[in-house]
Amino acid sequence: MNIVVCLKQTFDTEAKITLDAGGKIERKGVSLIMNPYDEFAVEEALRLKEKDGGEVTVISVGESSAQDALRQALAMGADKAILVDPGEAELDEYATATILAKAISGLEYDIILGGFRAIDDGSAQVAGRVAEILNVPVVNVVTKLEVEGGKAVATREIEGGSELVEVALPAVFTAQKGLNEPRYPSMKGIMKAKKKPMQKMTLGDLGLEGQVAAKVKALSYSLPEPRKAGKIIPGEAAEAARELAKLLREEAKVI
Amino acid sequence: MAHWLFQEEHEMLRKSVRGWVEKEIKPHVEEWEQKGEFPRELFYRAGELGFLGLTYPEVYGGSGEDYLAGAVFVEELARCGSAGVAAGLGASVVIAGPQIYKFGSEELKQKFLVPTITGEKIGALGITEPNAGSDVASISTTARDEGDHYVVNGSKIFITNGVRADYVVTAVKTDPAAGYKGISLLVIEKDTPGFTVAKKLEKLGWNASDTGELVFEDCRVPKANLVGKENMGFYYIMQNFAWERLVMALEAVAAAELALEEAIRYAQQRIQFKRPLSKFQVIRHKLADMASWIETARSLTYHALSLFASGEDAVTAVAMAKVYACETANRVADEALQIHGGYGYMMEYPVQRYWRDARVGTIGGGTTEIMKQIIVNRLIK
Ligand SMILES: Cc1cc2nc3c(=O)[nH]c(=O)nc-3n(C[C@H](O)[C@H](O)[C@H](O)COP(=O)(O)OP(=O)(O)OC[C@H]3O[C@@H](n4cnc5c(N)ncnc54)[C@H](O)[C@@H]3O)c2cc1C
Repeated sequence: MNIVVCLKQTFDTEAKITLDAGGKIERKGVSLIMNPYDEFAVEEALRLKEKDGGEVTVISVGESSAQDALRQALAMGADKAILVDPGEAELDEYATATILAKAISGLEYDIILGGFRAIDDGSAQVAGRVAEILNVPVVNVVTKLEVEGGKAVATREIEGGSELVEVALPAVFTAQKGLNEPRYPSMKGIMKAKKKPMQKMTLGDLGLEGQVAAKVKALSYSLPEPRKAGKIIPGEAAEAARELAKLLREEAKVI
Repeated sequence: MAHWLFQEEHEMLRKSVRGWVEKEIKPHVEEWEQKGEFPRELFYRAGELGFLGLTYPEVYGGSGEDYLAGAVFVEELARCGSAGVAAGLGASVVIAGPQIYKFGSEELKQKFLVPTITGEKIGALGITEPNAGSDVASISTTARDEGDHYVVNGSKIFITNGVRADYVVTAVKTDPAAGYKGISLLVIEKDTPGFTVAKKLEKLGWNASDTGELVFEDCRVPKANLVGKENMGFYYIMQNFAWERLVMALEAVAAAELALEEAIRYAQQRIQFKRPLSKFQVIRHKLADMASWIETARSLTYHALSLFASGEDAVTAVAMAKVYACETANRVADEALQIHGGYGYMMEYPVQRYWRDARVGTIGGGTTEIMKQIIVNRLIK
């Protein structure tokens, strides 16, 4: 079975987000990680491979720093990696999905996995769009996945419960937290990863030079209001409570 | 940013260990400190993840003799905030294992080293005795040759993992008249008749690790359990001291860093005289000093590590690094506690533990005074 995992490099969950002078998100000095939901996707791919055999290819659209995320997936046990450098092209979910789908269409695949969303832009669109372009079904927010005989049975999260679905392969699945516990790359895995293929492609290699452009453009970014310091109401309990009730009503307007 | 000493693979390993420490160790540290022990399963888990085999070759289940990888592991482990956890895992692979790997027979390696690397067996190294600490050559535990086995009599004290170790690499006198030239190392297994754990010792710090007092009474140990050659033990012990002391220096730097972070966090939170402590120049200078001492300690330690990892003579540099890094950890932890004021003295805040844990650094693995002796002996021949 051939499995492709789409993954993205994102800011570390602990990174402090700031805006640069031009109002864009400052990328300098932040540590980067593999999008945590994509880590679930990689882990699931490896488990499927360990059970049924096959090959796991990880793919990312991004600048050269994204190699770190791909290499982490290789160290976890993926077999090969593809990095597509979008160059100067502006990307939105549509453009990213177009590039991924084009690259994946040149591969053999039974299953395509990805995180259900990236923790940075949180748009939860790319995997679904890839499925659409490749004309295969997609099952979102999957918490359990079983594959047998050309079809898959997946448990997915729905509001207030879960749903069990059956789908014919090939298909796209997006990983939700709870699907598995991703493994930590071992030193042996890390050393092996150094020798695994990392194919670098440009839009030209995919025949997409000048063909992709974002349809959605971000106009501006703003940071959340800084949290104001708490207020301590001094005095006797009964009186303080009265004052608190008054403030909740008049100032905070929550009651 | 990554230090030049480490390669890309080391930084990847760092991420792995950090993730593991965050998820599987940190949340339990308080509980383990209270209990005075961390679960045995942690050895197994660390082994399963390959973390216990970083400094051992693949044939014994390791991932290659990479001391830089070993260094990354102990640095990140120290960041769990309980030096006892690091001491317990470390006693097995940093001080007991190397004796068997470097000097033991193939049979000993298969029987003890391989399961130490998988985490199935816990090891300890027993050198110190009630009457022999810094003066290792003066140990008085004896091993009498009785044909196919030795009969061991004596006692050991302050042995990390001593209480629950599956085996203790024990320093004994095989030739009591010969001083340091009469010491040998024997692997003594738990449950060997005549070997008892007299006591689990209560300590100021390192509380998540067990420290034992061991007694040997007519304890029969098979000859096959002799590590290397008879009467070569002192030399073997000295050989691995460099790595043990480097590990202590690396852990001290990491622990000092943790104490500094805690001090910074607290100084920004605590308001006195209508301002956070971090706005007072006295406190700011203290923090600047602490950070500078840590950087100095790290540079010296990495210098020693680079010599050691490249196989050069690292004895002087390692002794200097151990002295400076361990004393820095004490000083930084002490200042961090001071910045916490009365809260620093309360068990509720982690800084008291950093302060208690740091204290053993200038004592264990060779005291600061002994380190200075080593340094000066090389200065004045
Ligand atoms: C928590 C903990 C864990 C330990 N784990 C282990 C272990 O796993 N295995 C093991 O074998 N040992 C272990 N030790 C023992 C440790 O190695 C010894 O405590 C250490 O070597 C010092 O020996 P001592 O305690 O007998 O002190 P002593 O040697 O009695 O020293 C007392 C003081 O005198 C000073 N001193 C001694 N000789 C001289 C000299 N010639 N010149 C100047 N000053 C001198 C020392 O520096 C020290 O300040 C552990 C100790 C502790 C506290």
